[in-house]
Amino acid sequence: MKITAIRRWLSRAGELANEYYNAPYRAAVARAKREQDDLFMLYVYAEMMGIPNPASYYTLELQPLLLEQFHEWHLRMGMEHSPFDEFRCC
Amino acid sequence: MNAILLMLLGLGGMFLGYVFYSKYVAEKIYKLDPDFRTPAHEFEDGIDFVPTNKYVLWGHHFTSVAGAAPIIGPAIAVIWGWVPAFLWVIFGTIFFAGVHDAGAIWASSRNRARSIGALTGDVVGKRSQSLFMIVIFLVLLMVNAVFATAISGLLINFPSSVVPVWGAIFVALIIGQIIFRKWMNLGTISILGVLALYAMIFAGPEVPLALPETVMGLSDNASWILILFFYAAIASLLPVWMLLQPRDYINGLQLFIGLFLIYGAVLISGPELVAPAFNTNTPEGTPSLVPLLFVTIACGAISGFHGLVASGTTSKQLDKETDARFVGYFGAIGEGSLSLATIIAVTAGFATLADWQAVYHSFGQGGVSAFVSGGAQILQQGLSLDVEISETLLTVMAVLFAGTTMDTGIRLQRYIFQEWGGIYNISWMQKAAPATLLAVGSCLILAFGAGGADGTGGLAIWPLFGTTNQLLAGLTLLVITTMLVRLKRPMYVTLLPLLFLLVMTIYALLIQLKGFYDQADWFLFSLDLLVLIAAIWIALESASALTRIRRENAAENATEAKAKDS
Repeated sequence: MKITAIRRWLSRAGELANEYYNAPYRAAVARAKREQDDLFMLYVYAEMMGIPNPASYYTLELQPLLLEQFHEWHLRMGMEHSPFDEFRCC
Repeated sequence: MNAILLMLLGLGGMFLGYVFYSKYVAEKIYKLDPDFRTPAHEFEDGIDFVPTNKYVLWGHHFTSVAGAAPIIGPAIAVIWGWVPAFLWVIFGTIFFAGVHDAGAIWASSRNRARSIGALTGDVVGKRSQSLFMIVIFLVLLMVNAVFATAISGLLINFPSSVVPVWGAIFVALIIGQIIFRKWMNLGTISILGVLALYAMIFAGPEVPLALPETVMGLSDNASWILILFFYAAIASLLPVWMLLQPRDYINGLQLFIGLFLIYGAVLISGPELVAPAFNTNTPEGTPSLVPLLFVTIACGAISGFHGLVASGTTSKQLDKETDARFVGYFGAIGEGSLSLATIIAVTAGFATLADWQAVYHSFGQGGVSAFVSGGAQILQQGLSLDVEISETLLTVMAVLFAGTTMDTGIRLQRYIFQEWGGIYNISWMQKAAPATLLAVGSCLILAFGAGGADGTGGLAIWPLFGTTNQLLAGLTLLVITTMLVRLKRPMYVTLLPLLFLLVMTIYALLIQLKGFYDQADWFLFSLDLLVLIAAIWIALESASALTRIRRENAAENATEAKAKDS
């Protein structure tokens, strides 16, 4: 009984400590992650822009998976519409 | 007087301030509402806007505002005796800092959690917003230069700390990797990290390191300053999770451990204060107490930097609006207690009055080194820790604070340069590396320009830094006051501190201006002039904004009365 109470208390303390560690930098880390993701998007859709991509055999498979993020990505990259003629977005 | 009594009086006073005054301000003036939907809930996105437990939020707020500045300020200001410094820290915390910090959180949370800088543009006027940018830039510039000088002084005075200070960076780098890659849980790694740091602190006195007195014509002080800025430039370019985040975390732990050790040691040993209550015999060249005391102690009594933290990050994570009282006001009290610990260390940590006078032989002396040696005496008496180890411990604590602030400061300055690059279409300035070079370069010019080739004069700008910091606080208070007037609530709670700050800073700037003129120090003279112009500008903006809103209110009342009559 007592041990479970201590355990619960410890895990709560751990959660709070994690929160304390992460909260101030959440935004900066998320921004850095987004930048890397943006670069990855460029790799995946490189072939469509005429940039030869030796890994296109593999990245082709990823295109439908990343499609959900495509709209936000082209907006973030400063393009109002999809940059590809054959690939409409909005 | 016994230090225990001073400690109890100070902590008790601040506690009463929290219990009574902050309750009055929160309920009657800001009217914090537990049912108000805070931005953290309204815009919750899991990144910027996250409702956070109030104790965690307090921990952040407290550790991000408490740094080396609340140590340096009081450690210089006790030259006028311990009573003035003590009173300004305690009353400043109760009536200025707490109200300012909680108010900044409230103002920001009522305005979609926008920063005080953006709020100034909306609430007061566009002109004030550009002014705000300039004042922030000046504060960052000065804080980097001053802290680099302070750290280099410490590293030279206490060579035993060189190994732990730089070793702490490697500990932080390793912790950062371990947490990022989720190899261990945070609790285990925190204990291991603190153990590693303290192992180095205990080993430090065995391996003291010092730079050669001159390297290529540069003094050791100048070389340390160059090394520090070189480090800060690289650190500010690294991703935050790699170095800054774990460093900040260790600093937070260190802060709590340090405060606990100092107050514990004071309670056990109960040292007597050797410094005079009022120093009637101040060394030649000491400026008059009014107004310089109020700009020498900025952080610890009231500091504009808090407003940036409060409105930039804290307000986005506020779970309930009523938490602003605990997070803001109690956060300010946390910092006040660090300043109080400093006052005790630099007045009770000396064996005799003569020893104390030997350290405080001229204005601007003392500073962190006095805190370290005084605090070490107290730790030695109370906890019977070896003096050299205690000195190393406190030096590491102070240097880590100052170093993290430099890292953040250079980073923020870089953002400002990049933003300017964007505004004026200068493409190279928008890149990270050149912008960092500009930031570091401007700080170096200040560090060396203020004190000659050995860079020792960086601390000469300490009062000027305090003044600029107070101006920033003034701008925040202006925003809060304007909001209160618009809401037709009593404004004296923030207006009186604002007026006090404006009078004291302008007075202090004029006195320092004359001092720099007499010394023919044209570099600092022009810097002072720049800050003075900003100060007068803020005073004029305050007057014009407040009269404008009062006139609008009066007009509104008149139309309402007319409507009632007809």
